[in-house]
Amino acid sequence: MKVLVPVKRVIDYNVKVRVKSDGSDVDLANVKMSMNPFDEIAVEEAIRLKEAGIATEVVAVSVGVEKAQETLRTALALGADRAILIVAADDVHTDIEPLAVAKILKAIVDEEQPQIVLAGKQAIDNDMNATGQMLSALLGWSQATFASEVKVEGDNAIVTREVDGGLQTISVKLPAIITTDLRLNEPRYAKLPDIMKAKKKPLDQRTAADLGVDVTPRLTVVKVAEPAEREAGEIVGSVDELIAKLKEAGAV
Amino acid sequence: MSVLLLAEVTNGELALDATAKAVSAAAQLGEVTALCAGASAAAAAEQAAKIDGVAKVLVAEDESLGHRLAEPAAALVASLAGDYTHIVAPATTDAKNIMPRVAALLDVMVISDVTAVVDADTFERPVYAGNAIQTVKSGDAKKVITFRTSTFDAAGEGGSAATETVSVPASEGLSSWVEDKVAESDRPELTSAGVVVSGGRGVGSEEDFALIEKLADKLGAAVGASRAAVDSGFAPNDWQVGQTGKVVAPELYVAVGISGAIQHLAGMKDSKIIVAINKDEEAPIFQVADYGLVADLFEAVPEMTEKL
Repeated sequence: MKVLVPVKRVIDYNVKVRVKSDGSDVDLANVKMSMNPFDEIAVEEAIRLKEAGIATEVVAVSVGVEKAQETLRTALALGADRAILIVAADDVHTDIEPLAVAKILKAIVDEEQPQIVLAGKQAIDNDMNATGQMLSALLGWSQATFASEVKVEGDNAIVTREVDGGLQTISVKLPAIITTDLRLNEPRYAKLPDIMKAKKKPLDQRTAADLGVDVTPRLTVVKVAEPAEREAGEIVGSVDELIAKLKEAGAV
Repeated sequence: MSVLLLAEVTNGELALDATAKAVSAAAQLGEVTALCAGASAAAAAEQAAKIDGVAKVLVAEDESLGHRLAEPAAALVASLAGDYTHIVAPATTDAKNIMPRVAALLDVMVISDVTAVVDADTFERPVYAGNAIQTVKSGDAKKVITFRTSTFDAAGEGGSAATETVSVPASEGLSSWVEDKVAESDRPELTSAGVVVSGGRGVGSEEDFALIEKLADKLGAAVGASRAAVDSGFAPNDWQVGQTGKVVAPELYVAVGISGAIQHLAGMKDSKIIVAINKDEEAPIFQVADYGLVADLFEAVPEMTEKL
């Protein structure tokens, strides 16, 4: 079967973001960008399905600016067979909304006919946690979100999900959308020879307009602000002093 | 303005705290109708009817709704959407599973983890692990929203809303439930606890996590954990506090052996009082802590447990 893996280019998770002084957005100029960590987990799981003889082809797809090519090359270096880039924005500050991304992905799914779409559970920039579910709705497919274990058995995937209060295991009919949680796997690193080979793997580039998808945002960003800063605290010298302070504050 | 609120119902029981907090957020938008869905939901509906600010309760009972599977739940909510301008839920894992699916079925965007209502179309939500607050204005005809419960007070009880049974769309049978592995706990629930004691990588082992639990029990607190502690197997997944775990805002948050990575702070920096116990005085957690103690947790935590 074919597995499609959507990957997003986002600000690196270690970077401390700064809000622009005009309050229009966070500053993404000259900031290190990387593959969204949940998408690395999705790529890893797809490659493991291939190594297990379940997946025959892994296709990585990204939606965004032209530079998202780099993110797709990373996916190719990790083991994806080919990549599709849908250019939908000119500027790195234009974040295409999950609904539009889901519509673009639906068009790709209609062409590629994968049996599984493996996506990250959320992107660490917009923290939406929505694209996988939206794609599933548009396709009328089953969905298994926040996966910590995936087993493919015949025409079903048995997926253990991380939910409030513990774990839930469900069986979903294929084709299905599966979104990855942190504990699904430990992503591998790309090896240098594989990075070189990835440069020769196919990368098909198109635009949102080619697919007939309108990417006009439904939500207008009015402003972006710094969160309220906490007042500076104090360092106490002992457990006794700590308890005294907490009693004084009425916290214990 | 009329609001349909998907109440949090698990195995026939209402999660009162999460639902009541979402009600107080939703009440700012208009008259609130709560939807209780499940294989059995009557008891949950009875309880939801008592929440202040709930004008009406809809009860949807069907075998297909028994295990909070997204496909039948989303189909149900979408089938009822016609009468409402806002469709909302507390931002639990169930709602995060269901609501984006509802939004796409209605061809509208979802607005996730809303922390403040500015007006009927305009909302605040944290982005970039809580390092920026985005104000967004929706142009969609219907607003589909999940509310971050830690930023809203729970609505009180004393209401007496009427309940009404609604019909459930036929299930397409796309998915089925296999099993639940529920972590048993007598402690307060993490997201609604007044006090949370969390352990990190510094705790060192699953056995030593008992130190954290003892302190928590002394304080009547819920137990939390950093991602590092969960990944190392010291604590179960559902204890994780952070951008990808639970978001808490208790009166008192005690972080023990936690360095304070961006992703962890995203889940607890709105706590009223933050205490950090860490032997590394350079740990970033001290930048957000109201009271910091630079000490070996293996000495400080038992001492604190004893002296409280």
